Amino acid sequence: MGCSVEEVTAAVRVAAEKVIEHRDELVELDRVIGDGDHGENLHRGFTAVVAKLDGGGFDSPAAVLKVTATTLISTVGGAAGPLYGTAFLRAATALGDVSEVDGRMAATALEAALEGVVARGKAAPGDKTMVDALTPAVAAARSTVDAGIADVLMAAADAAAAGAAATVPLVARKGRASYLGERSAGHLDPGARSTAVLLRALADAASRTQRQ
Amino acid sequence: MRVGLVIVSHSAALAAGVTELAAQMAPDVRIMPAGGTEDGGLGTDFDCVSAALERADSGAGVVLLYDLGSAQMTAELAVESLTTPIRAIVADAPLVEGAVAAAVCAQGGADLDAVGSAAAMAHAFVQGEAFDEMDLDRHVYGGGDGLLERTFVLRNELGMHARPAALTARAVAELDVEVSIRHGDQEVDARSVLALMGLGARGGDELLVRAVGRDAQKAVDALAELLESGFGEEERPGAGPRRLT
Repeated sequence: MGCSVEEVTAAVRVAAEKVIEHRDELVELDRVIGDGDHGENLHRGFTAVVAKLDGGGFDSPAAVLKVTATTLISTVGGAAGPLYGTAFLRAATALGDVSEVDGRMAATALEAALEGVVARGKAAPGDKTMVDALTPAVAAARSTVDAGIADVLMAAADAAAAGAAATVPLVARKGRASYLGERSAGHLDPGARSTAVLLRALADAASRTQRQ
Repeated sequence: MRVGLVIVSHSAALAAGVTELAAQMAPDVRIMPAGGTEDGGLGTDFDCVSAALERADSGAGVVLLYDLGSAQMTAELAVESLTTPIRAIVADAPLVEGAVAAAVCAQGGADLDAVGSAAAMAHAFVQGEAFDEMDLDRHVYGGGDGLLERTFVLRNELGMHARPAALTARAVAELDVEVSIRHGDQEVDARSVLALMGLGARGGDELLVRAVGRDAQKAVDALAELLESGFGEEERPGAGPRRLT
């Protein structure tokens, strides 16, 4: 059993609200090794996403992801706009016109999102970016594709959290934090953190709907 | 129909300033600033960049230049998301020098790839590397047939700075000629605004204009007019009477 368009809308909405709630934490993380705008930019972007989703009228899960993408691209302002925008856009394209998203499709969409982020930002694993959260998430999702979507997303969220935590000792090689060189080590990457927050919220939402 | 430019910056003021500077050197090129976020803050705005991209195109394509990190991503995303068939490239170039070089190149009627290359070559200029070195001596055979040479003294106080360099490059851009300017032992392409600026030629310095090709005489005449008028700028004291041509 997969997630319907209504359930996908609700899940993305919850994920957006989670990111909005984490504004201060993301601001603080980015203030230390970046320019402090990550929390603010995502707060603005996902607030706009919530407003768009509340407008409703989506005929497929892909349409939900696509409007999320275009809204983020248009409103975020910093690097996270094109990066998350590309991620949601590629995920939408990967879903095509299916009316329900199952575990296998969720894994495929996540993989497409990762490929998009890598193509856009040209970061590799270990560069201390959101790729460090998304890469293990995709691997975990892929290894659980035969389970339901809730289990796939839960595995992805767990792996993303671990991947984000593992960015702490890394020296940044991409983005604003790379200007700090060695001094970026010892801090959690804000982009990896926001990715982990998003995936955790999506997984929690999927578990709730799938248990009903 | 000329290649257009879009200046993508985190700051509206910076985008406007670079646009102003480049436009002064290339009055017929569509140069569109796309800086800042919709609410007037710092950042890049995808919709703003996309709209600027549409406006910059007059059919010959558009080169986008950017300032920092996410501006590049926004520019690339705008190009990939085009719904109309505009040819566009994102140039990896230092913003100010790249915009000036691209603008002057576009003003001269160059195609999209050439304008993009002009921008990208600005890297070498910024790093002080040798660039656009030119040597017309290879044309000199049988007594230098067809090679026109003429020496000028820079009359204006400031010499070959940005504006005169742009005027010089534009004056020969559309001619069928290979034309160089030699200053000391450096000889550069007279079509390259950055190379001309890189000569570091000051008021009172001697320049040798060398031209080969069908329009060689036209090129020398056009440059004579500019150089002998001191580019219309304030002359250095004791520059002597203007030669009437």
